[in-house]
Amino acid sequence: MLSALGVLSAVILYFVAQKFKVYEDPRIDEVEAVLPGANCGGCGYPGCRGFAEAFVNADDISGFFCPVGGNETSVAAAKVVGKSAAEQLPMIAVVRCSGSPNNRPKTANYNGASSCKLATTLFSGDTGCQFGCLGLGDCVAVCAFDAIYIDEKTGLPIVSQDNCTACGACVTACPKGIIELRKKGPKDKRIFVSCINKDKGGVAKKSCSVACIGCGKCVKVCPFDAITLENFLAYIDYDKCKLCRKCVDECPTGSILEINFPPKKEKLEAKSETETA
Amino acid sequence: MRQKRRNAGKSANSFNNSYLKNQIIVLKTFPKGGVHPPESKLSANVPIEVLPLPQQVVIPISQHIGAPATPAVAKGDRVLVGQIIAKSSGFVSANIHSSVSGTVASLDPIIDSTGYKRPAVTITVEGDEWVSEIDRTPDLKKEIALSAEEIIAKVNGAGIVGLGGATFPSHVKLSIPKGKKADVLIINGVECEPYLTSDHRLMLEKANELMIGILLLKKALGVERALIGVENNKPDAIRHLKSTAANYKGIEVHALKVKYPQGGEKQLIKSLINREVPSGALPIEVGTVVHNVGTAFAVYEAVQKNKPLIERVVTVTGKNLAKKGNFMVRIGTPISNLIEAAGGIPKDNAKVVNGGPMMGKALSSTEAPVTKGTSGVILFPVKESLRPVMQPACIRCGKCISACPMGLEPYLLIRLSQRKMTERMEEDRILDCMECGSCSFVCPANLPLLDYIRLGKGDVSAMIRARKK
Repeated sequence: MLSALGVLSAVILYFVAQKFKVYEDPRIDEVEAVLPGANCGGCGYPGCRGFAEAFVNADDISGFFCPVGGNETSVAAAKVVGKSAAEQLPMIAVVRCSGSPNNRPKTANYNGASSCKLATTLFSGDTGCQFGCLGLGDCVAVCAFDAIYIDEKTGLPIVSQDNCTACGACVTACPKGIIELRKKGPKDKRIFVSCINKDKGGVAKKSCSVACIGCGKCVKVCPFDAITLENFLAYIDYDKCKLCRKCVDECPTGSILEINFPPKKEKLEAKSETETA
Repeated sequence: MRQKRRNAGKSANSFNNSYLKNQIIVLKTFPKGGVHPPESKLSANVPIEVLPLPQQVVIPISQHIGAPATPAVAKGDRVLVGQIIAKSSGFVSANIHSSVSGTVASLDPIIDSTGYKRPAVTITVEGDEWVSEIDRTPDLKKEIALSAEEIIAKVNGAGIVGLGGATFPSHVKLSIPKGKKADVLIINGVECEPYLTSDHRLMLEKANELMIGILLLKKALGVERALIGVENNKPDAIRHLKSTAANYKGIEVHALKVKYPQGGEKQLIKSLINREVPSGALPIEVGTVVHNVGTAFAVYEAVQKNKPLIERVVTVTGKNLAKKGNFMVRIGTPISNLIEAAGGIPKDNAKVVNGGPMMGKALSSTEAPVTKGTSGVILFPVKESLRPVMQPACIRCGKCISACPMGLEPYLLIRLSQRKMTERMEEDRILDCMECGSCSFVCPANLPLLDYIRLGKGDVSAMIRARKK
């Protein structure tokens, strides 16, 4: 009796499954197999499956890029759908703040919950700079690749060059908007303004010795018009920057950092304490 | 101070003996949750003192909940006391008036109590000239000549906001939405926060003005009955208000059991009239409107004396402060002036809190101005200002659940908040939390419960906003 019921149910289930079968493009599975499977959301889609579905159904795949897999993955995924992918240069997250306790003295003590997001809603920060890093590690908590950690000495986040996939999770997690995705650069060399202080020069300098004071010297010295000055803050356009390092020498506060350059002959740069490989 | 403390301990007994002889009464309170932190009402016996004018005032253009006001003056303009310097920019917004006479020095943003830059009007004080319409005589003006609409319009014009600390524009509360009806007005004289005594002093010293203010609010709302709730640790205020209220129609004074956070709107409604405001709803849903005693006094001044909200009572207190007191301060006065008047910052001071010790926030700079919502400034010595050492884990003792006046489960919410389980948090009514801090206060592991609940509330609100888009 029981086995007859079982057989009957199986037959019913078979026909129901046939009747309500949902056709799914087999290429979605193929694309998903190519993707890293980190489900980080760095591409802007809800996980790798979401990316694969959108990728297969899209007419134009130029807007699709998996930052974790990089160009190899893009090419492989494009092959599945029979299209070609445009090459993109690798990116990396950079922390635009050099306000270690030496450079930026503490003016208050915070002993609430360890969350940057909460601390920003309560007050401007435990130093004189209302733009700078709080060092409570929201970026560390969201990183799925162990690519960012807080340096005990400086209290600032450090991005690991090897692990960072430029998924952008830390960029959205930082309530102060300090972290930015920039081009990794040829041989990983890059130059950026390590400050987002929009105060007038005097105010900025008072709160932090390595703040960008908006003097505009770098703008004048740059031969490629790569630097713009807005709200007393310089910004280097990484597409225009040719890594000539003129601005680095010119900056009076040392707020422009150069990463992975060979040391200059006369002096070893001590200020790159904020970022190491 | 020692004497004060002794009195505080006896207060309940002496009150029963002298005032309600041989009557056994059970004081009203709200049933769910609540805590009883040390009262520390150190400045309760100090009369309100008028603080001398500062040299410069900084008046932020957003001192209320809602849209910031739009500046209506330019640099170099001469302004008088009571002149509008920023106009209300919507229904939920409030006018800002100059609290001094002088010249507008700048419209640049200033650093406020949180350390962020906020737009404000800086005025250099010259003399003390008032706008001519303001009646500055101390005479009591009893006759109520205006209609309900006119009263609401005057309250709106005077820039009155809830002076209990939430700073919600008062005219919005007075304009009852269509289809709703209020039958009772509740006046909040609870002052459940420890240390603060500004409302207490106001009730003692300005009781008649307060009563007329309540009559005005009653007329504006069209209600017959007004209840004043005062906690039983202020027996002198209760006695004084009761004898004063006897001369006015339809005002009752109720003594309430001392329990924090009774000053919360929903808790006070439950205590006084035993009605429960539904989750996410306003008190008008259960036919009542709650106003603070400070607001009622401001309404009296605005309607009867044409005086906009340009000053308020601020308690300046702290265990080691030389001259604790209650000061009538012009809005925009730097908090450092207040501390100076109270004897200066004590040696071992570590923290200056704006507001009460339970819900107030630490100041990042004492140069921040007094705003409409500043009810007190408390100076804490090092010993009292640090958080106790946090224990590693929650043992689910459930103390936070029994302390939560809103019936939430803080131990659960903090876990959901840490794990970013936003939808679960919404289901568990995290938005009902009014951030009273009772959970953090009772937690034996000293976990930062409220911190994470605040964070979770932010996440849930963001999710709801995103859903509406």
